[in-house]
Amino acid sequence: MFKFLYFFMIVVAGTGGELCVSRAMKQTGEVKDFRPTAIAKVIRRALSNRWMLLGVGLMTMAFFSLLAILSIEKVSFVVPVTALSYVAGALGGRFFLGEKISASRWTGIVLVCIGVTLVFLGKG
Amino acid sequence: MDSHKPLHLKTFAMILIMIIAGPLGNVLLGKGMKSVGSTSVASFSELTHVVGRVFASEYVWLGVASLLTFFVANILVLSWADYSFVQPASSMAYGVVALFSVFLLGEEVSPVRWIGIAIICTGVFIVGRTHPRTTEHP
Repeated sequence: MFKFLYFFMIVVAGTGGELCVSRAMKQTGEVKDFRPTAIAKVIRRALSNRWMLLGVGLMTMAFFSLLAILSIEKVSFVVPVTALSYVAGALGGRFFLGEKISASRWTGIVLVCIGVTLVFLGKG
Repeated sequence: MDSHKPLHLKTFAMILIMIIAGPLGNVLLGKGMKSVGSTSVASFSELTHVVGRVFASEYVWLGVASLLTFFVANILVLSWADYSFVQPASSMAYGVVALFSVFLLGEEVSPVRWIGIAIICTGVFIVGRTHPRTTEHP
């Protein structure tokens, strides 16, 4: 039961964290100056954005869930299952951001789901 | 025009780093966490104890360093190459992680699971190859 909670955290908190970080970086603006002082300024500005803090918090939770599940399950089982992030990302894009999902993208999503199901079934 | 070839080399070098460092990081974390043992916690003192054991493992630190390498290579390559090119290329990482698990950790992967992993690689490849931007008007 805990296993499903951990996978849920890795997939949902990880994807949610990436969406938050991406939103924060869009608000921070494109990085054009790569001098250390300019980069430090960008990092300071990014860290003062509450989306960034929420994103980093979610990604931290996802990382510790990954560590927890790796302590009990095989790497060759855990990592393929985390590909469900692409499904979560596409569904999140579709329902929270109003993106259109093309037929070929749906095909890819269905394939990932089939693959993950086989990885679960092939536990031996 | 002259910059075309070096750009390609640079892109492939970065993608190569990504598909090696990412899976290697996961395999190292796996090895480290197996030596840490059970992470189920019932109280706060147990939690601090487990966290202490996790960060005392050198494999966990090597894994974190490897994943950071992956992350930096990913960010760098995305600053000049399209996401719709980088992401399908990195779908190979799911196959690489299975190979590393077998050869570095001695894990057994059943035939059904290999087929599942191959289908996941294909699916991730297709998801990434489709147009990444659909919300902007032309």
